[in-house]
Parts: sequence; structure tokens; C-alpha cells
Amino acid sequence: MPTRFLDRSLLAALVEALLRRGRTVYGPVSADGAIGFDEIHDVTELACALRDVQEPGRYRIEADPGGATFGVANGPSGLKRLFLAPSESVLAVARGVGTFHVEDRAAQPEPIAVLGARPCDLAALAIQDRVLLGGRYPEPRYGARRRDAFLVAVNCTRAASTCFCASLGDGPEVTAPHDVALTELATGFVAHASSARGRVLLDELGAREASAAEQAEERAALARCAYDQCRSLEPAGLADALYANLDHPRWDEVAERCVACGNCTMVCPTCFCQTTSDHLSLDGERAERTRSWDSCFTPDHGYVHGKNYRPHTREKYRQWLTHKLAGWVEQFGRSGCVGCGRCITWCPAAIDLTEEAAALRVAPRDA
Amino acid sequence: MNPYTIHPARIVERRPDAQHIFTFRMRFVDPEVQSAYRFQPGQFNMLYVFGVGEVPISISSDPADLDGFDHTVRIVGRVTGLLDHAERGDVLGLRGPYGSPWPLDAIAGNDVVVVTGGLGCAPVTGAIEYMIRRRASYGRLTIVHGVKTPKDLLYRERFDRWKRTPDTRVLLTVDQPDKTWHYHVGVPLDLFDAIELDPARTAVLMCGPEIMMKLAIRRLVAAGIAPEAIYLSLERNMRCGVGHCGHCQLGGKFVCKDGPILPYPAVRRWFGAAGF
Repeated sequence: MPTRFLDRSLLAALVEALLRRGRTVYGPVSADGAIGFDEIHDVTELACALRDVQEPGRYRIEADPGGATFGVANGPSGLKRLFLAPSESVLAVARGVGTFHVEDRAAQPEPIAVLGARPCDLAALAIQDRVLLGGRYPEPRYGARRRDAFLVAVNCTRAASTCFCASLGDGPEVTAPHDVALTELATGFVAHASSARGRVLLDELGAREASAAEQAEERAALARCAYDQCRSLEPAGLADALYANLDHPRWDEVAERCVACGNCTMVCPTCFCQTTSDHLSLDGERAERTRSWDSCFTPDHGYVHGKNYRPHTREKYRQWLTHKLAGWVEQFGRSGCVGCGRCITWCPAAIDLTEEAAALRVAPRDA
Repeated sequence: MNPYTIHPARIVERRPDAQHIFTFRMRFVDPEVQSAYRFQPGQFNMLYVFGVGEVPISISSDPADLDGFDHTVRIVGRVTGLLDHAERGDVLGLRGPYGSPWPLDAIAGNDVVVVTGGLGCAPVTGAIEYMIRRRASYGRLTIVHGVKTPKDLLYRERFDRWKRTPDTRVLLTVDQPDKTWHYHVGVPLDLFDAIELDPARTAVLMCGPEIMMKLAIRRLVAAGIAPEAIYLSLERNMRCGVGHCGHCQLGGKFVCKDGPILPYPAVRRWFGAAGF
């Protein structure tokens, strides 16, 4: 299918077309001084003519002089919460005569569509698919939301200072599975369909063919966005280097700065740690089991048989970083980092993952 | 299939084993669930106390026993603290079995050395019963088990029975003896000198405190046993049992689904690293 072009006015039609499919549509919405994915009912609800200023430990939204619709690189929450609910009931148990009755909280199919998913977030979603659906026990609630989700990606033409997806190959042009990918230009959107239903959607909108000039402009914008990224992470050889340096003095040094708040794990689009909690009704007759997001920085995470395996911040930070950049490779065939930069921006101590990884990969005697 | 679904299981017997340790004999309330239930030695179940929570507990009975299964529990935390009050007839929730089993087919024909410390004997008992029942399929069987004090020794009757099996040695040791103790005093490592090892045809099954395993591995490898022939049963914070929750990781492994039984080289990189 030839590359298409959506005039700006067609974005409203795109939202309507997704809604017509009976889907709940999520898009980047501005709230509380940041951008997040929330339900939208028409195109005007999208965060428009805004851009982000991101630095280690700092996030601000300001007016975008260019008036772009998708001018904000990202916000604290990516797509994770749309698919892996921050908290949900997984089981209800009722006391019976001499036994108890178990009621599964069955997964309900929830047709959803996402408009404006960033390449890094789609790369993260593909990773979460491996974690939660790739094994012997697929997570049914995640699967119900995920499997049929209609994904409209928006390639990045502007990088935040914290972005480093290009070094990992996860952006600024989308590489992970999606249905339609848009690239925003001043006049509208270059549109690519990557699935049959994506093609149907673009046909339905009557999107015209993109001109050679528009396609060239797209290529240039994507190349510039990659070039503009001032941070990078080199995944090759990183896992071995980190494992070889488990006693690196840098772990102690970073632990001095880290406050073990867990923000990095909460904003990370691939972090999947979860915990379960049980709640008993006041009359003691019914119990509910809830699964919710967890963090390797909580004291409970390393609890084994009456003691905590990772009592100190040094060990907690080491767990997070070695898992993300090394353990992940063995577990899921690739780094757990997609270069979105959220852990850098949302760290209250402005700890920069790329800087720590670079310091930790050099053996202490050479440092 | 909901990976969190539990099945009610009844405590049909409660046996005190040692101080703060007891064994529950369990049977699923639904006979169909019970008759379909199979496990392999070394695997574990998640035990659920109504409205309170779950704990991972290894299955300590013989897998050929289809009438029920055993869980040996030590009282240490919130959930096991409540299990302390559970009695015969009470119903718990259960899901499993999870995790990797001992490689009992792969090691057939070899001499087998079992090294356990403390409650570490529980995850291996099913494997020992399995080998004893197929005694001719394995070479010499040596069981080395250490506990702190004689009061901590469980399964006395089993150790006695195993000792009487042909070509089977049981070597017991305590750190702090009392007047009743007439076996060795010291750590399990002391007993290694008493074992005749044929390194080329010996497999080792190990479960216990990591420091004990670390020292034993060093000793066994020095004696010529291949690291690949040493299997460990590991313990981490297994919360979901299905590799989703992330709590039980040891380096690149999920102890709940890649383990708990792993050949030593699979975890050598991180094994014994404090805080890992």
C-alpha cells in the first residue's frame, strides 16, 4: 500500500472511525501539568499545541509555538496502565460450609484503541507481551485488553533531552507491532498502514497518497529527531559488564543519591513487578485477592523466609539496573530498556540511567 | 485460565516434625481435582490462607502417592503464623504445582549425593523416596543432612528407613549436640571425607542455606565433580509462581519458573552474591 497523507482535518475523522468500531479510544491528554493517556471522545480532547521540557528530575509542559498536535514526547505514564492495570481484582473467595468457594475474576474483552502511541511505548508493549503472554501461564486480563487493541503510532519528530531510543533501535520511527503509524508534519500526517485493518481504516478516511516531498520531509524529520538525541545507551556487551561489576564502588555511590522511592519503576513502561494483596470482608465471610503494580525498591520485594535479601538501597538499585539491562536479555531476549528516558526525568534525585550504566560498565580499576 | 485460581484443599492430617515445623497432609476438596493432580519431586505449591495470603511451600511427599500430598511448613511469617493454628479438617487454598523438578531421569545410573541443611531436606524427600523405590536405577545413594540442634531434626523415621535401604548411607550432623545425639557434630561439610566419590558418575542434589551450598559446591568441584552435575533447590520470594510478579529473580532467572531446581552453572554468576 502506498504511503498516505492525512490532512490535519482528518484527525477528527480518525478518532470517530475508531469510536465507531466500538472501541474505547485513548490518546495523550493534558492533566496536572503532564501528559498521560486517557479516554477521549473526540479530537479536541487531545493535548494540542503543547511541548515538554524534560531534564533529569524535571518535567514541564509549555506552549508549542509550532502548534503540533503530538508535540509532547511523553509523560510519566505510558501505555502500561492501559493493559496491565495498576490494580485489579483477580479472585474472590467466599466461605462456604466446610470449604470455600472460589470465583475467578474472569477477563472481560475490552476493545480499546490507542492514538498517539510513541515508538518507545510500543516497543515496551511488545516486551510486556513477552513477559505476560509469552510463557506457560498467559496473564488473561492483560491478554483480554491487549490482544485486539488497535494501535495508532505517532513517530517522533522531536526528542526530549532525556530521550535515547535511537541508540536502542526502538525509535524515533516505530519498529514494534502496530496498525497505523503517523508522522506529524506542519500540514498534516504522513500515514503508513501496517496491518489489514490499518489499511481499511486509512481507506475509510479517504487518505490521499503522500507526495514525494512529504515523504522526504518525513524522512528528514525522523533522521533529525534521532540526531538530536543527546543521550545513548549501548546495549552490546552491557549485560556481561554489569554482572562482572557487581561489586563496583559506583553502586555505593549511586546509593548515596538514590532515595529508593521507586519512581523509576513506576514510570518505566517495561517494569512488570506485581504483588498480590488479600482483603477480608468485615464479617470474615468474603475475601478478595488484588493484583497490583509493585517495585523492586519496596522492602517487601526481597523478603524471603523472615528476612530481606536486599535491605540496602545499593542492592535495590543494583537489582533494578541489572535486571533492566542484563537479566532481561536472558529472560526475554533483549534489554528491558527502550530509551524513553522516563526514569531519568521522574527521578527526584536526577539519577540518569545512561550515565550510571556507562560508569558501571567500566571495570573499577580502569575507571 | 486464570493463573491465580486456587482450589480448596483439606488438611487431612497434621504431624508435628520439630520445633516450629510441622507437616500437613492435604487433599483437594474436589475429588476430580485430586485425581487429576500430579507433581514431580522438587516442585512447590502456593498455599493460601483464607483472606490472608499465600506462601510457596515445596511438596515433601512421594509423587506416587495419589491420595494426597504433604507440605512441611516452618512458622516464620504472617501466613505461616496462621498455618500454625490450622488443624485437621481445615480448608486451605492451593494452586500448583509450579517450578522445575529434580532431574531424576537424567541422573539415573549415577551415584547420588544429597546434601541438605535445616528445612532443606523437605524439597528433596520426594526425590529420595522416588530413588529408593527405583533403587536399582541409581548407584550408591548418600544422604548428608545437617541441622542446628537435635530438636531441629525432622523426618527421623524416614532417615531411619532410608538408612536400612541397600547401598544407602545416611550421614547426620548437628551444630549443637545434646545428650541424646549419637551422630556427628559439626557442619555437613565435615562428613564429605566419609563419602566415597566417583566424580565421573556422581550427581549431587542440594538444598539448604546458601552459605552451606556455596561451601559444599567448592568442596565437591575440587573433588572433581562437574558443576553441571550439581543441582540446587533455590529459595527466593516466590509470589505468583508463574514468572509474572518479578519477586523471585536471581540474576537472569526466575526461581519460580526456571527453578527452584537449577544446575549450578545456571546461577553460578550470581550465586552467593550478597543482596542478589
